Amino acid sequence: MAAQARSKRETWRLLFLLFPSLFWLIVFFLFPLLLVFAISFGQRGTYGGVRWVLTPENYARFFDPLYLRIFGRTLVIALATTLICLLAGYPLAYFIATRPPRWRNGLILLLMIPFWTNFLVRTYAWLLLLRDQGLINIFWTGALHDLLLQVAMAVPLPIWGPFLEATSTPLNLFGTNGAIIVGLVYGWLPDMVLPCYAAIERLDFSLVEAAQDLYANRLKSFLRVILPLTMPGIVAGSVLVFIPSLGAYITPDLLGGAKSIMIGNVIYSQFMSARDYPFGSAISFVLMAVMLVGTLIYFRMGTE
Amino acid sequence: MSEYAVELKEVSKHFGPVVAVDGISLSIRDGEFFSLLGPSGCGKTTTLRLIAGFELLTAGKVYIGGRLQGETPPYRRPVNTVFQNYALFPHMSVFENVAFGLEMQKVRKEDIQRRVLEALELVQLPGMENRKPDQLSGGQQQRVALARALVNQPKVLLLDEPLGALDLKLRKAMQLELKALQHRVGITFIYVTHDQEEALTMSDRIAVMNEGRVLQVGAPGEIYERPADRFVADFIGETNFLEGQVQGRRAGEAAVVVDGVLTLHVPIERGVGMNEEVTVAIRPEKISLHAEPPHPRAVPGVVQEVIYTGTDTRYLVQLTEKTIVTVRQQNVGIGTTVYFPVGAQVYLHWQTESARLLKA
Repeated sequence: MAAQARSKRETWRLLFLLFPSLFWLIVFFLFPLLLVFAISFGQRGTYGGVRWVLTPENYARFFDPLYLRIFGRTLVIALATTLICLLAGYPLAYFIATRPPRWRNGLILLLMIPFWTNFLVRTYAWLLLLRDQGLINIFWTGALHDLLLQVAMAVPLPIWGPFLEATSTPLNLFGTNGAIIVGLVYGWLPDMVLPCYAAIERLDFSLVEAAQDLYANRLKSFLRVILPLTMPGIVAGSVLVFIPSLGAYITPDLLGGAKSIMIGNVIYSQFMSARDYPFGSAISFVLMAVMLVGTLIYFRMGTE
Repeated sequence: MSEYAVELKEVSKHFGPVVAVDGISLSIRDGEFFSLLGPSGCGKTTTLRLIAGFELLTAGKVYIGGRLQGETPPYRRPVNTVFQNYALFPHMSVFENVAFGLEMQKVRKEDIQRRVLEALELVQLPGMENRKPDQLSGGQQQRVALARALVNQPKVLLLDEPLGALDLKLRKAMQLELKALQHRVGITFIYVTHDQEEALTMSDRIAVMNEGRVLQVGAPGEIYERPADRFVADFIGETNFLEGQVQGRRAGEAAVVVDGVLTLHVPIERGVGMNEEVTVAIRPEKISLHAEPPHPRAVPGVVQEVIYTGTDTRYLVQLTEKTIVTVRQQNVGIGTTVYFPVGAQVYLHWQTESARLLKA
């Protein structure tokens, strides 16, 4: 009896302590989510707004080739972003984690400092770099072109032709998938580096010595020991990069121009321009489902 | 084929301004159980790592099986290491751990299977193949680490304080087992330890190291009975040091006067001259206590303290105003052992050869 009373008291105390976070999650997270879910089965009213009917047509509409193509591109961009972040971030994390301890925090700080600037401002900076009259193209069609011209005049050979031609027009950087990927990689690289760094820093390097002692060369020790033991960091980092990339809105909006849009932009335009809340909600839910399933599969793979 | 499994010639290793190993030369025979013994920071582990190839030499030469190693990476050296913390791969099973080295050498699958099971049999750990390292006790992990190294049949096995993490009882058992194992497999063992008793128990030969140098190399008995200098005498076992001056030399013996009042007779050492300041080293267990002088050379003293330690009794005996020595008497049996109370007048006696003259 006493034990029961005590366990009851414990339950109340637990509820009391959990109340603020539960309240927050229910009112500001679960409730809106359910609302969006409900709206996704509604119909667009004549002047915007929602007509509360129960119809799957919004989900059916998503499978229009137009949206599927955008969704496919979104997936490819997010995957490419994750892969590039991994290929760039893991070696960086490895480098930092293998410096003497007194250096490490400073290097991590250097990595973080650019991210104290507003995300929008940083993305605009990429716009200034990439657009047709941007810094890169000023160099490309200006200094580089002039240099080639002078070289070609000094050493007149036919091989200069194609180079001169190439540098006479600006590079088409802005408004491409590549521009979006550059922006996303730049934006989410620390989210890859930090979990990888944490995993590599925890790694017991005597295990690497043990592998080398047992005739594993550097590549083999990496593949058989370092990589599997730091896999949790890679999995966490990839999820942290992939999910925001898949739902990206600002980056494709600024760097993708009119040609390259991602699913985030479609959702935005459904809510803000088309005023089709139900369809926007349905796309949001499809996106969430894909993220959830993808992440689960990935975690399962990573832990095996 | 060289008769030496491992040879070090004038080997040095510097870490920035720190000299970890300072020009040491060692020749380790084939099939020998060789220990590197010394206090922490003496350079013994660094020496081992130089042989394994984990550290590059600052100066000198390392030969393994007669072949100069130079900058050969660890994965091309015919040695295997048992690490202090075992360094078992936590994501692999016991089988995979032991098979790792064979797999890297591209041994055939059937052979791997057979040799891994044999190795686990050898370290008395059969039936554990599918466990993960974190499911094993410290002693079992230790055995897996041994099997993982031995399965490759290396020319030389390097062991870096492998028993350090085990409790005393298990450590004692493993010492004997390791020694027996080494006999059975016939592989050269190079064993790093700071535990002098462990080194004495297991080794064929010991190199005593301090501050990056080798002070003495010899069989356990040699090191214990004839320490080369004061550090070795102090580090291996327990020793009384009596400081004095050589006042006479006769018939292979030196007369050393301690504190101006006490004369001790000690076998003379080469290069020790008259009036030289010297140290006489004498082990506590070599001294016997008597109520009456048993011999004209017996030294009188007064018992200051009596400490009973189970196997024996330790007496602190005052010889002169400044000099106190420790005497250990085995507790042979009730009634047969003579005990002396504090304050008793006693006479200390030892065989002249038991005392050793060291330069001060």
